[in-house]
Amino acid sequence: MRSVVTLVVLLALVTPLTAAPLTSVIPQVQPKQVKIYGAGGYRGLEAYQSGSLISATGHVLTVWSYVLDTDFITVTLHDGRKFEGKLLAADPRLDIAVLKIEAQNLPHFELAKAPLVEAGTRVLAFSNLYGVATGDEPVSVQRGVISVRSRLHARRGVYETPFKGQAYILDAMTNNPGAAGGALTDYDGRLLGILGKELRNSQNNTWLNYAIPIPEAAKTIEDIVAGKYVNVPTEDVASKPKQPLSLELLGIQLVPDVLPRTPPYIDRIMPGSPAASTGLRPDDLVLFINGRLTAACATVRTELEYIDRIDPVSVTVLRNQELIDVQLRASADANP
Amino acid sequence: MIRSNSTLLLSLLIASLGLFGSSSWLPAAETLDESVVKAEAERVKIMAGASRCGVSIFADGGTNGGSGVLISADGYALTNFHVTKPCGDWMKCGLSDGSLHNAVIVGYDPVGDVALIKLMGRTDFPFAPLADSDKVVVGEWVFCVGNPFLLADDFQPTITYGIVSGVHRYQYPAGTLLEYADCIQTDAAINPGNSGGPLFNMRGEVIGINGRGSFEKRGRVNVGVGYAISINQIKHFMGALKAGRIVDHATLGATVASSDDGRVLVSDILEDSDAYRRGLRYGDEVVEFGGRPISTVNAFKNALGIFPRDWATSLTYRREGKKQSIWVRLTGVHGAEELLQKVLGRPQPQPGQPQPDDHPQPEGEPKKQPAPPKQPPTKGPAAAKKAPMPDEVKPFFEARRGYANFHFNKANRTRVYNALVARGDFAALKGTWKLTGDVVPAGEATFEIADDFVNTSLPGGELKLNVTKELNDAVEPRGSGGLLAALHAWRRLLTAGPEKFGDLVYLGMLPVADESRGPVDVLKGAYAGVETFFFVESESGRLLKVALYLSPDDDPCELLWSDYAEYQGRLLPRTLKVRYGDLIFGVYRFRELTLATGGQ
Repeated sequence: MRSVVTLVVLLALVTPLTAAPLTSVIPQVQPKQVKIYGAGGYRGLEAYQSGSLISATGHVLTVWSYVLDTDFITVTLHDGRKFEGKLLAADPRLDIAVLKIEAQNLPHFELAKAPLVEAGTRVLAFSNLYGVATGDEPVSVQRGVISVRSRLHARRGVYETPFKGQAYILDAMTNNPGAAGGALTDYDGRLLGILGKELRNSQNNTWLNYAIPIPEAAKTIEDIVAGKYVNVPTEDVASKPKQPLSLELLGIQLVPDVLPRTPPYIDRIMPGSPAASTGLRPDDLVLFINGRLTAACATVRTELEYIDRIDPVSVTVLRNQELIDVQLRASADANP
Repeated sequence: MIRSNSTLLLSLLIASLGLFGSSSWLPAAETLDESVVKAEAERVKIMAGASRCGVSIFADGGTNGGSGVLISADGYALTNFHVTKPCGDWMKCGLSDGSLHNAVIVGYDPVGDVALIKLMGRTDFPFAPLADSDKVVVGEWVFCVGNPFLLADDFQPTITYGIVSGVHRYQYPAGTLLEYADCIQTDAAINPGNSGGPLFNMRGEVIGINGRGSFEKRGRVNVGVGYAISINQIKHFMGALKAGRIVDHATLGATVASSDDGRVLVSDILEDSDAYRRGLRYGDEVVEFGGRPISTVNAFKNALGIFPRDWATSLTYRREGKKQSIWVRLTGVHGAEELLQKVLGRPQPQPGQPQPDDHPQPEGEPKKQPAPPKQPPTKGPAAAKKAPMPDEVKPFFEARRGYANFHFNKANRTRVYNALVARGDFAALKGTWKLTGDVVPAGEATFEIADDFVNTSLPGGELKLNVTKELNDAVEPRGSGGLLAALHAWRRLLTAGPEKFGDLVYLGMLPVADESRGPVDVLKGAYAGVETFFFVESESGRLLKVALYLSPDDDPCELLWSDYAEYQGRLLPRTLKVRYGDLIFGVYRFRELTLATGGQ
């Protein structure tokens, strides 16, 4: 019996029983939320999303999306201060990204303390859904329950997402336009997950509300914050090889580069080329070259310039919300 | 508390360890914390009480409708304008006890999407108290009472439960007249048919009227983002709604924009606005409005959007580091005709037909719902014809252009006038009124007021105003803004009465002069080409202020009456302060008031 009592005491320690009312928890959490403004703003693509501060020095956890696909990301804090957000890195497999703003002493979530919780947990969702809040206005908060923790059985047309891990499925209408990147917390305001994008089943027009559990992504996030995981193009680094790789050597032709940041869609694959044998196809979007993000046609070309033509290269493309990795090597007879 | 929770946990643990056998691993009901059981019982009780105040509103034929809430025992109920609009002048309302009542439109605010209706047939309706919605906080539990998807064939309302997601939200007009300022955002489900229904706090008080959601691409069903018009905003409009009016929202006559450093600056200002006359200029920083600090453009729009036209409030601005507070009178966003055109200009939609674009897509009225399972059958064009007004309703409706229902205007005009003459009837005193007294600080003042002239003798000399034609030029004495004309209007109201004054209407309730006193009843009269506002404290029967506008673009001459006392059997003021714009023209203390009967 004594051991049971001890167990109860232990349990009582891990699950606080005297919960503070939501009205006092929520104002503690809202300042840890930011509003993110970037690319978009046309054809139903909102130019904003949400984010959560995960360090006192301005690391912002959000989802990886087209909104971040610009050189001008604005991050607005709860007090209305605006900062330029710099994309540190993104992991499209987890669908997350980390931004950095130059600020100090910010209220933030403790990433390391984020527990993995089970179905039935009562949760709060904080986000700037529909861009309702601007400037110093607090973000919106909704309440709900984790219905299940499960993998998303995404497939073409049905809840398409590249995220393949365990997700929290929510019973609340959280995943609205602009909500992606918001925080899922428990009733004590502890970070549990990051709200995912809008997810629609085009067959029955239903929408799924989900969040990515922090433990699923914590390692990557920590690596990004620590600077160990960098995949955005950097201007520094190594000298270029004398004989670099090129798209032509791989047999890939991208769409005409007409915009400042033309998305690097494959236009043609040359018959008989290395690319042809790997199964790359027209309309594939080139996301990574050797693990580095390639947001534009120009970036793809630049990245290849740093790779020697004798070395293999890994290319990651997005096809119907599916990430596909291929290994390529310039064909020997392509050498002059 | 901890102890009983531990007990619960212990029993959970023991049960899950199988110590109680395999029959059940759930705690038995009696192990529930007493406070939980009590809290639930309390919630059930409050929701049951709130349900009784809920109203299911049906347009003729039941193909349209929405929700509402009773706010007085004599049957006043609030709803959305977009709910009553297809109903026209009257509608059928169901209550949770299964009873069906006729109701008549009283007044509406088309910009704020609020309508006031009055149910018939009882004087003891259950009704909901109104909260102070400025005290609503994010995270507070709230619930909606309403008739989503017109489910309630038995008028038993549906309850949806949630939390407050945001307060002081500003929702841009969706390309329409509608503007939701300073609204309350909730994740309690608001679906088509919930429109017009109340949002309650957990004390069973109404904090808002549900009216709008963010829907966009997901079809017209709840997406966890609903908006309620704050009840405090509606309180500002209540007097005007009860006046049977089509009420416009207020404008400052100036717009604001954010500067690069985040300050809110006046970006444009009309030179004929009251704000301009009070000193506000282009480039001034607005720091406070309506008693609220202003840090963003949205905050300003929220603070402004809660007021009806003709309201007056305080504004503080900063110029070159120096703060200045002014009291500003607000005008209408629209011209009177413009508003009518926008509201009534297009032909009334037939029930079951597509709505004109007057309504924003993102609101919840049931017509565009994606075929709910229990939607009443759509009637054919024959059935869509509006039935004649029931006899029960007829005595409570009077049509007049510019009004939702002039019956209520007349009723209130009579009420206010009766209060004014309750302690002294002036109808017989049609002779010359002579007021004699002292000018403060020094001098003698005499005013003689009759039907066709006003004489005065002041330290500056003598003046006479002949009232034989239009009064627009009656600026005498110079610098008063029309003191003699205002005195004439004052006597005319008291002697002629509401019917014979000219065009006299009840405007609603407006602030008198500053925030020291709540709004009072206001009558507005037009005769001889000028408009006069009479501010009446109906409880005491005191006329506090007469404001006469020689021109709508100029400051009024304000007569501020005080020191009321019994004088020859009538309640009369002994002190008159005359103000024109920012200037006090004069203060007079009367020793003698001679109100002659008949002839001269």
